[in-house]
Amino acid sequence: MNWVKSIIVGIVFIALFYIMNAAMSSTGFFGIGIDDYQARLLVLIAIAVILATSLNLINGFTGQFSIGHAGFMAVGAYSSAFFTVNYGKAIEASFGFLGETLASSIVLLIAIIVGALVAAIAGLIVGIPSLRLKGDYLAIVTLGFAEIIRIVIQNIDAVGGATGYPVPGYANFLWIGVFTVITVVVIHNIIKSDTGRALISIREDELAAEAMGVNVTRYKVTSFVIGSAFAGVAGTLFAHYNKFLHPNDFQFIKSFEIIIMIVIGGMGSMTGAILGAIIVTLLPELLRNLPPIQVGDSTFQFADLRLVIFALILILTMILRPQGILGTKEIGDFFKRFRRADKPEGGLE
Amino acid sequence: MDTFVQHLVNGLTIGSIYALIALGYTMVYGILRLINFAHGDIYMVGAYTGLFLATSLGFAANPSVFGFAVTLIGSMAIAAALGMAIERFAYRPVRKFSKMTTLITAIGMSLLIEYLFVFFFEGKPRPFPLLLKVPEWLPQFFQPDEFGNYILFGNAKISFIQILIFIVSILLMVTLQYIIFYTKMGKAMRAVSFNLNSAKLMGINTDFVIAFTFALGSALAAAGGVLTAQYNPKIDPLMGIMYGLKAFVAAVLGGIGNIPGAVLGGLVIGAAETLVVGYGGYIGIPSTYRDAVAFAILILVLLIRPAGLLGSNVQEKV
Amino acid sequence: MSRIFLAICVMTSIFLSAACVDKSGTNTTGPTGDTIKVGVYGDTTGATSSFGQSTKNGIQLAFDEINAGGGVNGKKLEMIFEDDQGTPEKAKTVISKLINQDKVVAVLGEVASSNSLAAAPVAQEAKIPMITPSSTNPKVTEVGDYISRVCFIDPFQGSVMAKFAANTLKAKTAAILGDNSSDYSKGLTKFFEEEFTKLGGKVITKQTYAQKDQDFKAQLTQMRDQKPDVIYVPGYYGEVGIIAKQARELGMNQPLLGGDGWDSPELWKLGGAALKPAYISNHYSADNPAPEIQNFVKAYQAKFSVAPDSLAALAYDSAKVLADAIKRAGGTDSVKLKDAINATKDFKGVTGVISLDGSRNAVKSAVVLELNPAASKFDFKETIYPEGMTPPTSTTATANGNTSSNTNTMSNTNSTSNTNSTATTNTSNKSVSDSK
Repeated sequence: MNWVKSIIVGIVFIALFYIMNAAMSSTGFFGIGIDDYQARLLVLIAIAVILATSLNLINGFTGQFSIGHAGFMAVGAYSSAFFTVNYGKAIEASFGFLGETLASSIVLLIAIIVGALVAAIAGLIVGIPSLRLKGDYLAIVTLGFAEIIRIVIQNIDAVGGATGYPVPGYANFLWIGVFTVITVVVIHNIIKSDTGRALISIREDELAAEAMGVNVTRYKVTSFVIGSAFAGVAGTLFAHYNKFLHPNDFQFIKSFEIIIMIVIGGMGSMTGAILGAIIVTLLPELLRNLPPIQVGDSTFQFADLRLVIFALILILTMILRPQGILGTKEIGDFFKRFRRADKPEGGLE
Repeated sequence: MDTFVQHLVNGLTIGSIYALIALGYTMVYGILRLINFAHGDIYMVGAYTGLFLATSLGFAANPSVFGFAVTLIGSMAIAAALGMAIERFAYRPVRKFSKMTTLITAIGMSLLIEYLFVFFFEGKPRPFPLLLKVPEWLPQFFQPDEFGNYILFGNAKISFIQILIFIVSILLMVTLQYIIFYTKMGKAMRAVSFNLNSAKLMGINTDFVIAFTFALGSALAAAGGVLTAQYNPKIDPLMGIMYGLKAFVAAVLGGIGNIPGAVLGGLVIGAAETLVVGYGGYIGIPSTYRDAVAFAILILVLLIRPAGLLGSNVQEKV
Repeated sequence: MSRIFLAICVMTSIFLSAACVDKSGTNTTGPTGDTIKVGVYGDTTGATSSFGQSTKNGIQLAFDEINAGGGVNGKKLEMIFEDDQGTPEKAKTVISKLINQDKVVAVLGEVASSNSLAAAPVAQEAKIPMITPSSTNPKVTEVGDYISRVCFIDPFQGSVMAKFAANTLKAKTAAILGDNSSDYSKGLTKFFEEEFTKLGGKVITKQTYAQKDQDFKAQLTQMRDQKPDVIYVPGYYGEVGIIAKQARELGMNQPLLGGDGWDSPELWKLGGAALKPAYISNHYSADNPAPEIQNFVKAYQAKFSVAPDSLAALAYDSAKVLADAIKRAGGTDSVKLKDAINATKDFKGVTGVISLDGSRNAVKSAVVLELNPAASKFDFKETIYPEGMTPPTSTTATANGNTSSNTNTMSNTNSTSNTNSTATTNTSNKSVSDSK
């Protein structure tokens, strides 16, 4: 019975994304259109949602400390872009009998598989040795890995190096929306499964989990690999939507941005990660519209201070609401106040 | 051989600066288990403070030992105050929360300092005046050549500024060692780093000890900033990012929380980087991989010896 | 299931509401009748923020001058600046904002070729002309017919210095120290090496560094042993000043060669006396007495209390070229405006006489300048013209013509003792011709 509901909900959402995709096209959807800038922000939010939920699986639910998520995104983005640049046309031609739209969709699907696989392998390579390490050390290794990836890419001329890498634009909002929903649903289901329970037990108390017979290392690596694979998916979608890749887009500030998303939203909360992704993507853009202030005879551009304001908001959020906006709760929990709270109050510990 | 020695001298110079910054990382980590990402930016603030002190007090125009000392100590004091302020207003309120929260606060602090400096001082690189010259009354033997170099042997040279960096760093490190091992405050710091709650029960004012640790670390970072600015006289608001990261790597490499380890880690990273640029070409590593080297060494060391070079493997408390 | 459903509901509703919020924002800022909005994007908060600031200042100055003179076709030019933090992703986002939200008629920017490459397709798809002041990678204008530039491209600038090194300095061997994180530097490295090898020279060692590096002694020590005749450093002034200092500290007295990225008043403070002997290729010489150049330098100095660098001069020119094109197009219709920009011919700018060729690249001469740190200025050495461009015969018309009339006096001001830099200005190569 539940899967019937899932399928219906799925269809509803795909229809919704289809409508939004149509609205983004030049003609609009029955005259309702959003312009390219708004469309771009929506897509960036969707990609951020994939990144945040996948990092949330590692950081929020398994309690590991990865601060190099942009590195896995870069791996997925560049490997899939390399694939489509070199083989995209050929595959599209061989599926040409299906029509242009379907053929390019097939290329994108294969690219996503490639990106996810390569990122997962990278996750495995980094994860297996380093997940033996405790908390902060893992953080440092992931950060170092992400930096190494960026520097290596910068030196490979086959993928553009410091010039940047133009990529064919196979992804549109429909696909990105669908994959965002798929990511959220898959990660949600993982968390609700036995595996998810094991992961949360590792977060709560590693020793106790081990004593209860949970193979801690295996589950840690599993969550790390799944998280990396979805980062690869996000990278693939970003590459094929943005149509241009550059190592500067994967600096460690990008990894920090993803962490900020899940921490602001509330670690260990699906909806929190989504909320964080929206806030972190939109806030700096909205702050661009701050009006200039007239001080004496010179105008003071408030918008120039937007990154300072962003940093201040970040620090204040941490001081005033350290567990993030939602904590470990979901938005849905707030609509169910009449039910007895089945989750502990408060922060992460 | 000349070239190798030259590389080594250059590498150790950079390494001493990394070591000075790494000390701050390692002390704060030792006490709070907090990776203070804003530490690299304090290094930058130190360099800027040095510039403003030197220009506003007029030391830039006529280099002297006095001017250099005042600039160095002044910027160390201001950075120490800044470090304490950051600890008081940003880290202390979140100290009791999870590690992630404190880490994000540190990242936020780092971004705040960087963007504030970009906003107020623009991103353009600023020249830093030379504050110290070899005094002319010294005998001929001590006078360097026209570029401030002394010849070690052959073609290998060491510059006056490099010697200065070595001397000042060693002085600061010895002072630090003294403070930590031979003063009451140092004893308190060691106690707090051993176990914060027990230290509190023993009547140690832990808040003050932590603030003092931040002050000490920030002062060392600022000294690093002024010294770098003497060696490579160019400062900009984002100069702390890479140096901060590498110093952090140095701290972990030496065994985070371990003070001689931080110094060793800094020197190793500095030397390794320079040697990779110098000789990497022969084994197929182009010189641009310089920045990757630090991280690669780090990952290798952590996998082989997770506690770092000098760190001791502490049994996990149950 | 209900929870995830709620989650997705919330997500979607926020998506939609965000879109709606932005939508309502657009309506309030519709195009107004008496101003022409021009979008400018650049980096004012990232690693290359000094470049973005110069560009912004240069364009601001040009717009102020144009508006003070009555504007274009009776309308005032309004600059809408957006910061892209120096990343291609943000560059693409902000150009999309400028075009879709602010409804600008044209876009000026970026400095870094990679950012321009990311952003240019947006302008091309929206059919909004984009002039990049200083992106030198040839690929930028290959994006489409709405993209043009007012600077010369890497192949030309790289070859200019190679010719100068081989023909004038009689160098046989060269070393290159390039910035591997900068597209500009990589381009110049490539084309310098090609041309230098073609002219019979040999590049004996190539070393690289990354932007914001502070220490170059390792690379320089490696070079010192190979004893090159000249060292080509195609980087930006921030790093170059320190490179020069460290090279001299290591006892290397070879001439340093560079490109327009060196041109900044900060260079003298950073490099000092170490910047001699050194030569750069540039668009213009700030000491050129031509009125266009001197007025610009003075006005810029007065407005921003710093001397302009080459990025500011190029930005200024790009704004002037745009204004000129709007005037010729008689309006801001994007097709007409694009055609007018692409038809720019013999436009007298600060950075030389700008004509756009078929691939919308500026064809103009380059000048080779000798650095004179004692006086903190660049001394004119020679002018080098691109293939197919005929050097002006008289000294009347152009900015560079004016320069050439002063060639003798200017090059006499420096009395270098370096044997390498015997100022022989006659060359056998056809495309290199001295303007004397």
